[in-house]
Amino acid sequence: MPTNGAPTKITQGTRAKGGIGESTLRPDGTLKVTGEFAYSSDMWHEDMLWGQILRSTVAHAEIVSIDTSEALAQPGVYAVMTYDDLPTDVKNYGLEIQDTPVLAHGKVRHHGEPVAIVAADHPETARRAAAKIKVEYRELPVITDEASATAPGAVLVHENRDDHHIGHVPHPNIVHRQPIVRGDADEAARRADVIVKGEYYFGMQDQAFLGPESGLAVPEEDGGVHLYIATQWLHSDLRQIAPVLGLPEDKVRMTLAGVGGAFGGREDLSMQIHACLLALRTGKPVKIVYNRFESFFGHVHRHPARLYYEHGATSEGKLTHVRCRIVLDGGAYASASPAVVGNASSLGIGPYVVDDVEIEAIALYTNNPPCGAMRGFGAVQACFAYEAQMDKVAGELGMDPVEFRKLNAMEQGTLMPTGQPVDSPAPVAELLRRVTAMPMPPERQWESSEGADVRQLPGGLSNTTHGEGVVRGVGYAVGIKNVGFSEGFDDYSTARVRLEVAGGEPVAVVHTAMAEVGQGGVTVHAQIARTELGVAQVTIHPANTQVGSAGSTSASRQTYVTGGAVKNSCELVREKVLELGRRRFGTYHPAWATAELLLEGGKVVTDGGEVLADLVDVLGDETVEVEAEWRHRPTVPFDLHTGQGNGHVQYSFAAHRAVVEVDTELGLVKVIELACAQDVGKALNPLSVIGQIQGGTTQGLGVAVMEEIIVDPKTAKVRNPSFTDYLIPTILDTPTIPVDVLELADDHAPYGLRGIGEAPTLSSTPAVLAAIRNATGLELNRTPVRPEHLTGNA
Amino acid sequence: MRVNFTVNGRPQEADDVWEGESLLYVLRERLGLPGSKNACEQGECGSCTVRLDGVPVCSCLVAAGQAEGREVVTVEGLADHARQRDLGTACGTSLDEARRWAAKGQDSRTGEGAELSPVQQAFIDAGAVQCGFCTPGLLVAADEMLEHNPNPTDADIREALSGNLCRCTGYEKIMDAVRLAAARQSEAV
Ligand code: FES
Ligand code: FES
Repeated sequence: MPTNGAPTKITQGTRAKGGIGESTLRPDGTLKVTGEFAYSSDMWHEDMLWGQILRSTVAHAEIVSIDTSEALAQPGVYAVMTYDDLPTDVKNYGLEIQDTPVLAHGKVRHHGEPVAIVAADHPETARRAAAKIKVEYRELPVITDEASATAPGAVLVHENRDDHHIGHVPHPNIVHRQPIVRGDADEAARRADVIVKGEYYFGMQDQAFLGPESGLAVPEEDGGVHLYIATQWLHSDLRQIAPVLGLPEDKVRMTLAGVGGAFGGREDLSMQIHACLLALRTGKPVKIVYNRFESFFGHVHRHPARLYYEHGATSEGKLTHVRCRIVLDGGAYASASPAVVGNASSLGIGPYVVDDVEIEAIALYTNNPPCGAMRGFGAVQACFAYEAQMDKVAGELGMDPVEFRKLNAMEQGTLMPTGQPVDSPAPVAELLRRVTAMPMPPERQWESSEGADVRQLPGGLSNTTHGEGVVRGVGYAVGIKNVGFSEGFDDYSTARVRLEVAGGEPVAVVHTAMAEVGQGGVTVHAQIARTELGVAQVTIHPANTQVGSAGSTSASRQTYVTGGAVKNSCELVREKVLELGRRRFGTYHPAWATAELLLEGGKVVTDGGEVLADLVDVLGDETVEVEAEWRHRPTVPFDLHTGQGNGHVQYSFAAHRAVVEVDTELGLVKVIELACAQDVGKALNPLSVIGQIQGGTTQGLGVAVMEEIIVDPKTAKVRNPSFTDYLIPTILDTPTIPVDVLELADDHAPYGLRGIGEAPTLSSTPAVLAAIRNATGLELNRTPVRPEHLTGNA
Repeated sequence: MRVNFTVNGRPQEADDVWEGESLLYVLRERLGLPGSKNACEQGECGSCTVRLDGVPVCSCLVAAGQAEGREVVTVEGLADHARQRDLGTACGTSLDEARRWAAKGQDSRTGEGAELSPVQQAFIDAGAVQCGFCTPGLLVAADEMLEHNPNPTDADIREALSGNLCRCTGYEKIMDAVRLAAARQSEAV
């Protein structure tokens, strides 16, 4: 039965070997190092066809005509489908708002929108056939920013909106708007001795997971289809796919294939419906694999944002008020924009105590590429801006930036701008203290007896400097991220746990629909089962839709929520096992009735350590199985006018110190070290925790100095859809990342844990920017920073 | 066209290869060796790294025809390659060896029981694998570096692996893994 996230008494010790708290190794590690792990792009089937998508070459246009005859006539081509071939009345999909056409209908709204799909016997045949489809476009003016979106007479990106946000947005080209007002900012501003204003820009970042969007759809005899897919949430995909195919959900079977990273980019559908449509049309298995070029068009990106801030402070260094306005570019379709707005606004002032705030966040509809979920989800953009502001205010006051932050740091009990109390540890000042206390990397590390090692200098192997013009800078930042789905969403997970005897040993089988995308959820599930059931052998069942939903692998929520569900189901299994034991052996020992009983080391033991029975004997040939849903504490939506409400489940905090060296003549930056301190509540698997922190930190570094999808402001076309032109950090660009992990339990969460995946992505970027400002003295109000911004040639 | 080359010590033949097909495509889609990965197919990520006559290359940039008559080692053959290196065999798989290879028991779900090369084991132990999509290419590149440079400095490791992108780990654990493999290797000698 569903239980919620009220404090759970931990009756199990952590004595089980391989249980929680240990750095157990990944169960899929061996397959991944031998090349045998089957990723979605590795799927293969006898007789399979290859699918290809034809995408729009323009951003905003009416489709005058589509001629598929030549493509269909190609030898080896089995099917070509357009909007007209869609089988049912459901022709759109979407996470929250169903505004995204499966195939374009009369109009395209962004560069790279799917227009037609082809199935052929070789990927090259499919590509060439797609190129033979003739589409005639009549171009429309493009909406690319707030000014063009809300100009008088602006073209509407979506006419006739009927979604649930249209009633409260000021313009139909605005997806959602969330104001948050608390206290009286006007009044508080009068108390301020300094007022600092700033305008910031955050560039469009790509998730750039390495495993391309891909999957295999196999038609089944009962008229249904089986989809092997890389995704973040099987059941959310299913809910969107089935109606378009005109199939009941039980005829669309979904199995998780190996996922090569996600970071939010697989929260929306990509090729899922297209592969299923082609498989059902041709009666053959259809595989679709994007190449990197297509991947840049095939998923949503991180919202670029323009952010306007005003901070006030007293001369003693206390913040008086914050006003901010955050404009997120949602692109052509809604995707996760409304929730991103909720995050950006509610987390908009950062982890600080400010009683008087005025916040507004909006997401636009434009003809730019659609934007949605990416690690950090709205909190990243805000953190970049509020941390720049914190440095500016400290500068105005002549205070040390870290001391100024500590003076204003929130703690347990602080009220968020939404009025929600932070009711678990919020060690913001402590994290800053820890990151400051870490030893500094030595100066001039590049110097050696044989001269300068250019590999350690800005410019690296390009050999652009031997230390001349190189200046060091240090910067700090801290951030706050929510954990789990917020604003009243029913954010549950399901776990099925079975305990039985196999090969003379008790074995637990854990079955969830959780998408393992690399984060290590499968490792943690096995650890939880070992801890709760006291068994050594745990089998993780492949994730599929034959079990209830596990929610999304996003929002740093899986260890908390699906981990919580696994724990809960294990506890229910344990109760049943003990019942069984009482029935079978209860008469032999009074402790069966009187003592608190545990499962440890394959035995039933009393809390005093006395062994009552072997699990193998208690179970006999019975199988004990439980499938149950589990929920964290409920949340409520933010008030649409004031933004007040207990909208979040849990908060997560990380702080960074960045040390950079800048070649000021050429504008080249080398990040020397990026130290992080983070509170994780409880590290269920310390090795994986550190891996998450380092990975998240590096993605933040990327958007600080190199990563940006460039969209032409005149045509709304993407200019750099490749790893040649969209750069992500290589091992040469990435510094050492020392990590200090703090474990302050959150009593509301299973084992006291805190979701950890996203927080390090927040503060990494502003810390690097602060360090570059520190080195150069430049203002730098946009990210990423490119050489021309440092040399003054921008 | 038909292409003949040796993969992981075994002669292989691929038929009906279209001229434009890459070595990566032939390995993955025609020879049933999907271990080499396809993260970019344009020579920018290193996920498809294999050794061609001993030299690490991006197999997505090699036309299948260019491999004609040559020796390819992929991640699937890395453990055997390492073992051969230890045995001092120059190349090729003896019939005996091949039989033993086929007979190795292995759990199909977890791969438990598989024999691993030192660098593969180090990647698991150090936590250098998350999603694992970069892993095959990194392993082939790291193994090759350690063959030439058994005691690399950090700067050497970074330079050798600079063509291999990883989006998950932030590279720290990958550095740890290569250091660990090097340390274990020098202990073993
Ligand atoms: S797939 Fe070959 S380099 Fe990326
Ligand atoms: S582990 Fe995912 S890309 Fe490296």
